[in-house]
Amino acid sequence: MAEAASPSPAPKSWDLNPLLKVDHLSMRFGGLVAVGDVSFRAGRGEVTAVIGPNGAGKTTVFNCITGFYKPSTGRLALMQGCPATDAELDALTCGGLASARTAAGTTYLLERLADHKVSSRAKVARTFQNIRLFAGMTVLENLLVAQHMSLTQAGLINPAALLNLPSWRRQQKQAVDHALYWLDKIALTARADDPAGDLPYGDQRRLEIARAMCTRPALLCLDEPAAGLNPRESLELNTLLLAIRAEHETSILLIEHDMSVVMGISDHVVVLEYGRKIADGTPQEVRNDPKVIASYLGVEDEEEVEAVAGVHA
Amino acid sequence: MADHRSDLWEREDTPPEGAPAPQPAPPAPPAEAVLLPALKDAVLTGIITGLLLLPLVGFRATESGSGPLTLTYRFGLVSVFAGLVMVLRLVLNLTVWRPGRPPRAKSAALAGVSQRIAPALKPAFFAFALLYPFIAIVFSGSLSLSRYWVDLGIYILTYVMLGWGLNIVVGLAGLLDLGYVAFYAVGAYTFALLSSSVPLNAFFDAHVAEGFWASWSFWVCLPVAGLLAGLWGIILGFPVLRLRGDYLAIVTLAFGEIIRLVLINWVSLTNGGAGISSIPPITFFGVPFNSGDDGFAAIFGLDYNSMHRMIFLYFVILGLAALTALATIRLRSMPVGRAWEALREDEIACRSLGINTTLTKLTAFATGAMFGGFAGAFFAVRVRFVSPESFTFMESAVILAIVVLGGMGSQIGVASAAILLIGGMELLRNLSFLKADFLFGSDFDPSLYRMLIFGFAMVAVMVWRPRGLVANRMPTIFLKERKAVSGALVKEGHG
Repeated sequence: MAEAASPSPAPKSWDLNPLLKVDHLSMRFGGLVAVGDVSFRAGRGEVTAVIGPNGAGKTTVFNCITGFYKPSTGRLALMQGCPATDAELDALTCGGLASARTAAGTTYLLERLADHKVSSRAKVARTFQNIRLFAGMTVLENLLVAQHMSLTQAGLINPAALLNLPSWRRQQKQAVDHALYWLDKIALTARADDPAGDLPYGDQRRLEIARAMCTRPALLCLDEPAAGLNPRESLELNTLLLAIRAEHETSILLIEHDMSVVMGISDHVVVLEYGRKIADGTPQEVRNDPKVIASYLGVEDEEEVEAVAGVHA
Repeated sequence: MADHRSDLWEREDTPPEGAPAPQPAPPAPPAEAVLLPALKDAVLTGIITGLLLLPLVGFRATESGSGPLTLTYRFGLVSVFAGLVMVLRLVLNLTVWRPGRPPRAKSAALAGVSQRIAPALKPAFFAFALLYPFIAIVFSGSLSLSRYWVDLGIYILTYVMLGWGLNIVVGLAGLLDLGYVAFYAVGAYTFALLSSSVPLNAFFDAHVAEGFWASWSFWVCLPVAGLLAGLWGIILGFPVLRLRGDYLAIVTLAFGEIIRLVLINWVSLTNGGAGISSIPPITFFGVPFNSGDDGFAAIFGLDYNSMHRMIFLYFVILGLAALTALATIRLRSMPVGRAWEALREDEIACRSLGINTTLTKLTAFATGAMFGGFAGAFFAVRVRFVSPESFTFMESAVILAIVVLGGMGSQIGVASAAILLIGGMELLRNLSFLKADFLFGSDFDPSLYRMLIFGFAMVAVMVWRPRGLVANRMPTIFLKERKAVSGALVKEGHG
């Protein structure tokens, strides 16, 4: 597989300082190869977009990264702190451990972690294509559930919490403050006490992002965050994502069909087709890539054709 | 008929809730346009009723002495029933289900009153529960005569506690558990076996004090019974919690039966189907309820009455039930309780937030089981006899019915449902006034119809309140205002 469709001599930022290294990732369901030998890097502090026609395997890649699928083969290395060298990664891979801690940072092999540990330890948070909020719980409760890990450091059944001691109330207050910070970011403070299922669609999308951010992630994976949003809402989403990148130590990996979002905010675009990578580079490079144009123009989905054409114009 | 019926239903059900102002009423349809379909519908219903009842009521086989069965025909009765249904249906069609009938506006005054009394409801409930034995004594005339009512109170409170315990598993965590009675049994047998154990008795006599075990065994065994039941909750939980929905329900059902069969067949330990009957009675923290000089009555300067023990038992179960309620309230507003409810709402989202779903489910199972174990130990000390007969699937079903009927997750709902179901079933035993000559005659045995009436009542409640008596969910935390979450948004859980 070509490393990049239009190789340029200068080394890319995501190669120099990657947060996530995906190496030779394959996922087979029986005889079907959903993802075949995909490798890419997601840069630290950058927005990386994964695009491709429907059925290209984008969500499968996401499910592998977030621990919902165990990949058939491949390595998914997430490096908190300082990036590990390839030699260090190979040593970790052969060693059989799921993580290695060095002075510079901790490296996790995501394919070896249990699904909840991908979030609680490796700090990978995600949203879903079909929104998965806790509909019967209030907006505030949704954001508090997301802080489960930081609130249960003293044990799942914490005596201080059971007796409602002041130390616990302080801790809970901090959690509520953190939730309020994110509610303010997504402009939903006024609806904190309403059930999440009552919110309009666009608000639910933003709330899901806020909920993921409440876990204080190193990598935020967004599965089609702009799906179903109107142009104004999709613009607001761009602002929110750029603010997250600017103000937090969170890198973003997103799947998106909406080219205005992809081209507007991403630093790095990876293009998949039929489970394989066909292009990898800056938005500028990718939009001029003949393979990408062919793949999008070959698809009958008019929206996507228009989207790419619009970007070209 | 079905189409016509649903049409009528929709007209009744469509008024938009909380519509700002009553819209101008649509012109009422002309009388004959209402009367004709209503009549047709009523006649059809009558015919169907008649056909249904023809084999059920129309033929009756009676035994004449020792001779053969004789068949009697009661077509008259069938036509009376069919006629009754027809008339009732016609009246309903012309009144409540009448097309174009303006939707009944909710009385604002009534809503205001219910809103004002809502916060006082729980304290009032609790105060009544506290005063109940004294009310029973006053109304029945004397201490001894109040036995039936205090006993009924104990019986109901046991189910309130069991309902609250199962509510953690089913209502909060959304795990359908059909074998809850197993934990009740573990608690009961733990206490029964430990308290009647001869070596333990001898050990405490030798090392602590004479008669220590007989007077203190309940208070020592109560926590042990709860912990052991919780442990069994974990043991059951580990293999089955990867199952979901129907599969989980079936395995828990099997677990309940396994425990019962082990209790029957492990004769050397449990004395099999004959049960254990040498359980010491409850003491007032070491002071026995007897007529002796060191008894409860003598120490407190009262005339001895066996009711003292009953009333104390009532307050013990009230305390245990209150403990269950308080623990649940606290747990709900802790991360683990929120994780239970989140698990019920969406398990996949929980995992994406780093919540260990297996551990969370296990804590729900263990906590629920623990309260079941407490209730079991109490059951054993109240009845002073345990046998596998007491722990059949029917018990699990009744407890689950209480949780579902009460509204899953709501404590006040579950308590009301327990009172309604257990108290109601008990009251149906006392229908002897139906034997009056002008009603059904002395041949009539009302207790035979207990289950039928019970079944009707369940169906009726589920038709009127499909999500239980209290359908709303109360949020565990709020910023400005605690608003109830409509039951329509709250999920029931799927495994």
